[in-house]
Amino acid sequence: MHYDFDVIERSVGYLFREGMTFTLTLTALAMVGGIFFGTLLAMMRLSRFQWLSIPAGAYVNLMRSVPLVMVIFWFFFLMPYIGAWVTGSKELVRVGAWTSAVVTFTMFEAAYYCEIMRAGIQSIPRGQVWSGYALGLNYWQTMGKIVLPQAFRNMLPVLLTQTIILFQDTSLVYVISATDFFGAAAKVANRDYRLVEMYTFAAVVYFIMSYGLSTLVKQMQDRIAIIR
Amino acid sequence: MISIKNISKWYGSFQVLTDCSTEVAKGEVVVVCGPSGSGKSTLIKCVNALEPFQKGSITVDGVSVGDPKTDLPKLRSRIGMVFQNFELFPHMTVTENLMLAQVKVLGRSADEARQRGLKLLDRVGLIAHKDKYPGQLSGGQQQRVAIARALSMDPIAMLFDEPTSALDPEMINEVLDVMVDLAKEGMTMMVVTHEMGFARKVAHRVIFMDAGKIVEDAKKDDFFGTPRSERAQLFLSKILHH
Repeated sequence: MHYDFDVIERSVGYLFREGMTFTLTLTALAMVGGIFFGTLLAMMRLSRFQWLSIPAGAYVNLMRSVPLVMVIFWFFFLMPYIGAWVTGSKELVRVGAWTSAVVTFTMFEAAYYCEIMRAGIQSIPRGQVWSGYALGLNYWQTMGKIVLPQAFRNMLPVLLTQTIILFQDTSLVYVISATDFFGAAAKVANRDYRLVEMYTFAAVVYFIMSYGLSTLVKQMQDRIAIIR
Repeated sequence: MISIKNISKWYGSFQVLTDCSTEVAKGEVVVVCGPSGSGKSTLIKCVNALEPFQKGSITVDGVSVGDPKTDLPKLRSRIGMVFQNFELFPHMTVTENLMLAQVKVLGRSADEARQRGLKLLDRVGLIAHKDKYPGQLSGGQQQRVAIARALSMDPIAMLFDEPTSALDPEMINEVLDVMVDLAKEGMTMMVVTHEMGFARKVAHRVIFMDAGKIVEDAKKDDFFGTPRSERAQLFLSKILHH
């Protein structure tokens, strides 16, 4: 067997400029969107109004019970129909792999971030909510100024851990032919027939980034434990 | 000022309050006492609708608490409340704690709110701690900040829910001193407490509750002199002589 590790050096610019940019942008957008919608879902799930809590619970359970790769496929093929329905147009709305990926990951991750934020909100003592209300703050002010900032701070390590999982999961956009870091590596691997080298290199990069991030999270967790 | 009429409340099938009625006049200090689980905290939380009630009516300054049309945040902003566990906001400094509701609810400018807050903080003797976080203060100090925070809203009445129960003994007096001063200034107060010394010193009336019922509602001197109910006599003899 001959290994040609020069292929990495030749393609590393392309891998990071194209692939890693896609991966990191998708991770960042899905994280921000996922936490935003996840927090809203968590507030709905904890609502005393059943017309809010039941749909939110159903959505979260559905998303958490189907494989991500299936949701990616399903959404990619369904988006044109949904787009046409929303805009009321007769023709299918063409949606690129990028848009489809951002929407899918945001919606899918929202279900997981929801459960984290729900635990975070429930970790705040009832008295904090009472004292907000007693001062005359309304629901949104009490949530926005008192409950969510504390819930977010308490859950930050868990939210980041979920984001590391999201970072790895973005490689699944491979199935809709989007060129993320893994997809770029796969393309080069197939073009130059250097499968072992490229996949090993991709694995090492994913490992270093994920492991590095989780070490940071661990340190942060220790620091938060001291503050609390 | 505060009028409680025939309040009953259930948690599921368990009745926590049974037909409770009383009045607190303007400038009056009413102490609510009784064994734990007797419903005192629940009753006082009904006054600003932190706890809903199923039967009866409560009005504060003529506004019905139970009426769904009532602007609850507005009503609550006019009633100060102090909790057993202080409930300062741990992610904000003392000054930010004092300013938040003034700005958000009363619409005061940040400068105005800061000035008002710091003036009250000075009054409870904690101006030196204005930039600290609640976690850096002792329990007694936190509770004094909580009182200042409630006062910063210029309330027409104050509710105290066991304000000294979570404190170490040596910190109880610093909090009670602030409360005594408030009472002497003529603040309308409803105080759930076991501090009978405080009741003797400043209360006008004492309400004794047991098993969700108001068993005794008497002038202070009558209550401590000759409590009519056997249950109140027993309670007093237990907490006064040990």
